[in-house]
Amino acid sequence: MSRTRPLGFGLVLLAATGIVACKGQDGDRTTVRFWAFGREGEEVRALVPEFERRNPDLRVDVQQVPWSAAHEKLLTAYVGNALPDAAQMGNTWIPEMEALGVLAPLGSRISRSKSFDRADSFAGVWDSNEVGGELWGVPWYVDTRVIFYRTDLLAQTHAPWPPKSWAEWRGAMEKLRALSPNHFAILLPIDEWAQVMTLGQQRGAPLLKDGGRRGGFAEPRFRAALDFYSGLFRDGLAPPLDQSGLANLYQQFAEGYFAMFISGPWNLAEMERRLPPEMQDRWATAPMPPPEAGGDYPGTSLAGGASLVVFSGATQSEGAWRWIEYLSEPAQQAEFFRRAGDLPSRRSAWTSTGLASDTRAVAFLTQLGYVSPSPKVPEWEQIGARLAVATEQVVRGARDADSALAALDADTDRILEKRRFLLDREASLKATGRNR
Amino acid sequence: MSSPRTEGGSSAEARAAWWLLSPALIAIGLFFAVPLLAALFLSLTDFDLYGIADLGTVRFVGIGNYTDLLADPRFWRAVRNTLVFAILGGPATIVAALFGAVLVDSKLARFRGFFRTVYFAPVVTTLVAAAVVWRAFLHPTFGPVNRILGAVGIPAIDWLGNPRWATLAIVSLSVWRTFGYCLVIFVAGLQSIPVSLYEAAKLEGAGTWRLTRDITLPLLRPTTFFVAVITSVGLFQIFAEPYVITRGGPLEATTSLALMMYDQGFRWWSLGRAAAIAFLLFLLILAASAIQLAIRRLRQAEES
Repeated sequence: MSRTRPLGFGLVLLAATGIVACKGQDGDRTTVRFWAFGREGEEVRALVPEFERRNPDLRVDVQQVPWSAAHEKLLTAYVGNALPDAAQMGNTWIPEMEALGVLAPLGSRISRSKSFDRADSFAGVWDSNEVGGELWGVPWYVDTRVIFYRTDLLAQTHAPWPPKSWAEWRGAMEKLRALSPNHFAILLPIDEWAQVMTLGQQRGAPLLKDGGRRGGFAEPRFRAALDFYSGLFRDGLAPPLDQSGLANLYQQFAEGYFAMFISGPWNLAEMERRLPPEMQDRWATAPMPPPEAGGDYPGTSLAGGASLVVFSGATQSEGAWRWIEYLSEPAQQAEFFRRAGDLPSRRSAWTSTGLASDTRAVAFLTQLGYVSPSPKVPEWEQIGARLAVATEQVVRGARDADSALAALDADTDRILEKRRFLLDREASLKATGRNR
Repeated sequence: MSSPRTEGGSSAEARAAWWLLSPALIAIGLFFAVPLLAALFLSLTDFDLYGIADLGTVRFVGIGNYTDLLADPRFWRAVRNTLVFAILGGPATIVAALFGAVLVDSKLARFRGFFRTVYFAPVVTTLVAAAVVWRAFLHPTFGPVNRILGAVGIPAIDWLGNPRWATLAIVSLSVWRTFGYCLVIFVAGLQSIPVSLYEAAKLEGAGTWRLTRDITLPLLRPTTFFVAVITSVGLFQIFAEPYVITRGGPLEATTSLALMMYDQGFRWWSLGRAAAIAFLLFLLILAASAIQLAIRRLRQAEES
């Protein structure tokens, strides 16, 4: 084994220098290590100087991590004991990170802090940060999905718009389809699960049952949503394309290959940048319709976005918290929107930036009052991928809805087996503890 | 290769041999045997995301992962997809490479260096870049492939959206990417055939077909065997092509075993299950190589 010693020694040395480098001291200042992903990681740096001016004892070290590597990087950093003090976190990852036990609870800090005002925020988005009755993150920016559509094409149909029910929505699509035989009414990438999940949630489908222990897809409410969704493909209203099957979203939207698509706030800026000038006054946004006319308007949509978290192993948790508090202030939220284009999680920042009176952004503001998070189990991403496969099978006619949903439930049950085991074990431990 | 024997040598010599071999043996043991055993052990547990958080949640499941997989239609689907890739892609690569090699090696060929470079270029191309171009080529409405087919009256094919065509597209990409490497090996094999054999055969009045059948192919047999083994091992492990072009779709028709293993292991962190897939894939490749070897031995026995 003597051969390996130089290597082992080298590793120890490397690790040691790493520790020294990461040690949170810079003269008499303490360094807070913060990870942010993609473009946000670039833009947030501009907010650092003001924070350091206000907090002479703190320094913020921003690490930018590409979005595509973010999830893997967080897990490997956790295994390697190399997590920073705080980070940005896609709010769908929070249940998973909470299960790993890497997040610090923030509920008591938030209630003590003067910087937070839940009324100035979006309840559905806050809810996505809550797992097991505790808050694990603070919303940084918000994200949901609305309909982007071609105003000129919809005007030609004389259909009631924006739609107030699924039937009205579909009626508009049928008229759009009748306008031109080679064009489609709506683009719904066949390999995405978010749309069909949202439709299910609008119907009130719970998706999972027994407290997230088993799949609950084979029940009438979800079945109704799937039927509506797959009907759009069957009747030629939506092209059966997956995300890679689309050559160029903006070009094909401008050509009228499809008249609407469902997307998030990043496309507000992208459309302005990528659509040709003559198209700029021919597109708009609308909230998602509810299933039935006369129900709550709009229908619910995905509660997305990113939160800010403090890790349980943080060496500078107090400094990290101050940094997060600072980023949540309406003024910083507004500044961050101007730089990165991400929608603020504070309503007051919507007013101060003029977003609230922007006709295209307003659909998002309306929608954000009605959002639902994806089911909060760590396995959801995996179940979502199975949901996409089951939906694709039905849409492509490879399987009928009943058998696809039964298979999806069986898959989901298998994926959740470990979760059931752990929950049962926890319950029995509690029971025996009480008996003693 | 014959196995090393110590018979005839003194025990001191044998000891010296062990000493000299020990660095290599230690390296192999450390970097091959230990991980292999660790993976085997891992495949007998349900190590997953929860296990990363708390080792106390890991259960020893015996052969549970294996029985689960063998009962899972998606696993068999992945096996079938992998076999289809190997059965379509293997012979296609060999035929393309051999054909290319004969052309490049031909006395009549001009610009040999140029063609050899052209055929070899895909081997050293970054697959992700190539995949982007292939995807554009195969696009159902805007891709040149369908435009050319359309010009001769063939209706548009949904290359990446239809399970059958997507399989063919992945196989074509794989053949395109690897045949250059095999071609170089075949060229070397061709050049080792003595010219005198051809000359003698020609004097006897043999035509091109006889020369190919009775001289080129038999003398290339060891080369062909080698190429067949490496291409089929490569195809059994096919990962990058479906990963970058189709992500395993449509309808999981291009999900190979290696891709399924990656998804289980590094997308969903079911590492125990992923390790079990790895071992089953290992057995599959071992079986395929053993069959190829057996066929070759049988042929050799018939000839002698």
